[in-house]
Amino acid sequence: MSARTVLTGSDIDRTLRRIAHEIVEAVPATEKLVLLGIPTRGAVLSERLAQMIESISGTPVPHGILDVTMYRDDLHRGGHRSPVATVIPDQGIDDSVCVLVDDVLFSGRTVRAALDALTAIGRPTMVKLAVLVDRGHRELPIRADHVGKNLPSALGERITVRLLDTDGDEEVQVVS
Amino acid sequence: MKHLLSAQDLTRDDAVRLLDVAQDFSDVANRSVPKLPTLRGVTMVNLFFEDSTRTRLSFEAAAKRLSADVMTFQVQGSSVSKGESLKDTAQTVEAMGADIIVVRHFSSGAAHRLAHSGWVEAAIINAGDGTHEHPTQALLDAATIRERLVSKARGSDLSGLHVAIVGDIAHSRVARSNVVLLNTLGARVTVVGPPELIPSGIEGWPVATSSDLDSVIDESPDAIMMLRIQKERIKGEFQPASGNYVRNYSLTKDRANRLAEHAIVMHPGPMNRGVEIASDVADSSRSVILDQVRNGVALRMAVLFEVWGGEK
Repeated sequence: MSARTVLTGSDIDRTLRRIAHEIVEAVPATEKLVLLGIPTRGAVLSERLAQMIESISGTPVPHGILDVTMYRDDLHRGGHRSPVATVIPDQGIDDSVCVLVDDVLFSGRTVRAALDALTAIGRPTMVKLAVLVDRGHRELPIRADHVGKNLPSALGERITVRLLDTDGDEEVQVVS
Repeated sequence: MKHLLSAQDLTRDDAVRLLDVAQDFSDVANRSVPKLPTLRGVTMVNLFFEDSTRTRLSFEAAAKRLSADVMTFQVQGSSVSKGESLKDTAQTVEAMGADIIVVRHFSSGAAHRLAHSGWVEAAIINAGDGTHEHPTQALLDAATIRERLVSKARGSDLSGLHVAIVGDIAHSRVARSNVVLLNTLGARVTVVGPPELIPSGIEGWPVATSSDLDSVIDESPDAIMMLRIQKERIKGEFQPASGNYVRNYSLTKDRANRLAEHAIVMHPGPMNRGVEIASDVADSSRSVILDQVRNGVALRMAVLFEVWGGEK
């Protein structure tokens, strides 16, 4: 098994800053912007993005956590983690531009589950998707609006994202 | 977790995880669409060989909130009264598509038998077997205690809390499951009742025992759980002369007033107002009896989720 680092800690930081600028540019200031991170690492990334966007635009960005475990279509196949509490900002998500944030975009099934989970919580005017890494191999017609790094990968490879908050250090690796 | 048969099968971490998941599920109840697609296509069968209203309804509500299909098999008027065995009944129900079987049976050990005999493949949840166990009741009680008495509830157990369980301990599966689970979660338990209703072999349980309710109330327990006398399970020997029982073991208004400010009053239902608990006390602000019912639905959602799709 060999591991190859594709993003270092400072790469991740720079990439997130770029995505933050992209979001500010793409979402008019008149719109209500909400960031929702998909646990575990998407939640960390969404919090960081919210801070970065605030430092760019000067307005605080409501952000929360959207757990999708209960909406997955592969529950009985096992191997997934326990659910995490969903946290929706006090203002809710109705009539907002809601940006879903995740670490890796792969089959698209997590995002599909997230879209279902959203409909039970409210009705944003628009939903966007921001991911740190897009590794391809989509099984559903889903694409990201903001991509940190496109990382063509073989199906057998594993992409691991490590973040300070959850893993103690910070890098993205391809493990094959 | 493939089955839930006994509170003894749960480690502290299992139990805390179930309580955490249940907490998330109770938030779902407040949403505009209080329904999750989690168990879409899954069939849950209530297989009840013994009367029950609230447990059956609670499982049904839980399954429906998770989008499962629900079938109910009640013993009255069924083939069981014509002599069909547990095995045949369970296999019949499974042949109709049961993925999860919730079983209540008058024999202790029935759920365990169903899970381990190889008769059926379905996941088995014990909803009460004889005088043995009623694990989902213990879990919902723990959820209620944690919600009321532990400030940072999520991820926490019940260490440091003192719970008194009062009444017919000998015939109560609720008491048995609660004693086990409360201990697993780090709480201290005192069981209280007339000597005839304290089971033999209680020395082996991790509890303190008392026949004096007033002195236990003076110890200022954080939660007091009142149980009904299980008349249907008592065979002859002790029919509590109600006058005496009420005088010594009923949670009257006076006794309730001597509890600590924060202490909560619990009852698994069905209540006999005026016997084990005074009507005023059951309706008072320290009574959490309806919270127990509400938490029951969320907790059973968590159990259904765990046996079907939780971490294996």
